[in-house]
Amino acid sequence: MASEGASGGMPDPIHQFEIKRLIPMELFGYDASFTNSSLFMVIAVALIVGFLLFAMRGRALVPSRTQSLAETSYEFVAGMTREGMGEQGMKFFPLIFTLFMFIFTLNMLGMIPGAFTVTSHIVVTAGLAVLVFVTVLILGFAKNGLHFLKLFVPSGVPIYILPLVTMIEIISFLSRPVSHSVRLFANMLAGHITLKVFAGFIIMLLGAGAYGAIAPLPLLGAVALTALEFLVAFLQAYVFTMLTIMYLNDALHPGH
Amino acid sequence: MADPVTAGTEVPHDAGHAKVFPPLDPNNVSPQLIWLAFTFVALYVLLSRVVLPRIGEVIEERKDRIKRDLAAAERLKGETEKALSSYEKALADARANASSIARQTRDQLTAEVDKERKAVEDHLARKLADAETSIGATKAKALASVKDIAGDTVTAIVGALSNVNATKDDIDRALAAAGGNK
Repeated sequence: MASEGASGGMPDPIHQFEIKRLIPMELFGYDASFTNSSLFMVIAVALIVGFLLFAMRGRALVPSRTQSLAETSYEFVAGMTREGMGEQGMKFFPLIFTLFMFIFTLNMLGMIPGAFTVTSHIVVTAGLAVLVFVTVLILGFAKNGLHFLKLFVPSGVPIYILPLVTMIEIISFLSRPVSHSVRLFANMLAGHITLKVFAGFIIMLLGAGAYGAIAPLPLLGAVALTALEFLVAFLQAYVFTMLTIMYLNDALHPGH
Repeated sequence: MADPVTAGTEVPHDAGHAKVFPPLDPNNVSPQLIWLAFTFVALYVLLSRVVLPRIGEVIEERKDRIKRDLAAAERLKGETEKALSSYEKALADARANASSIARQTRDQLTAEVDKERKAVEDHLARKLADAETSIGATKAKALASVKDIAGDTVTAIVGALSNVNATKDDIDRALAAAGGNK
């Protein structure tokens, strides 16, 4: 992170998204290098599992502060799942909980200055979105057979516009993984770029003589944006999880 | 795709933003996807096999415990209410008992007093009757004596006035005649 300020005084806001290959590796002919992104994924996994196990070590009936934090995250996601899919949706609770904790932790890790934001890469968010999409497809056809296709034929629509509506439904279904992944990716990317740009303004203004007097303005902006970014980090994890639940619910109950 | 990657990507790092935008760089696809798969599967397995059952167990246990405690509280409450109602019933019984005893005692006392008063009244009435008969007897005796006294008096007066010794029979006759005239 320190090696910046190269091009024309303005720190490069894109630099933070660069993938650095820490340990070059290859797998079946594909580049499988252990990168800074991989490092943060591993850190996230270790943090989540480590924290939850540490918090639950007492298994107390009256929870300690850390234990109640772990339980709150469990109850939060369980409540979301139950509300969105009903009791039979609890089969997918581990998957949903994993998704939420993984994205949330990666987003939050990205807020540490100098850290890498894994979710600011569309490859990662698309990978997760495709995982959900494929799960929905498999689950939908396995559970309902061809009845799953009723998802595209809403009931109560007049027959003469039904083809049109069906087309729209199919397109919207197919575009789900795109919007699902781009939403998270774009939010994290844009937020981090904006933060970096505002922070860059401070340095530029300080280096510009009399204009240094208004340097505190972008500083305030950066502080406010940081708070906002924490909110976004949580919110996008929540939104991603919520949409996953909605899509899975469609697979369980395709009739509109 | 594989071969030029290891050598190719190291170089343009220093070129900075002149290179392709890193989140859209196709060279970055496979390492991210592969490591995403690794870490996500690892996290999923660890969470679903180890962590979540542990948390769920504790929460379930607490729920059960709370349910059991609530049930126990409910049961104790029912018992309390039963005890309270039986106490109230006992109290009401005692009260009813007490008042019946009081009434009985009062009735008994009243009866005794009545009996005694009646006895006294009877006694008095008998005495009164005795007194009345003795008065009547005395009166009758006195009335009977009046005739004798009158006869004696008449004998004495007649003797003194006319030296005639009127016999008692004469006088009685005369008195009877006089009395009869009256």
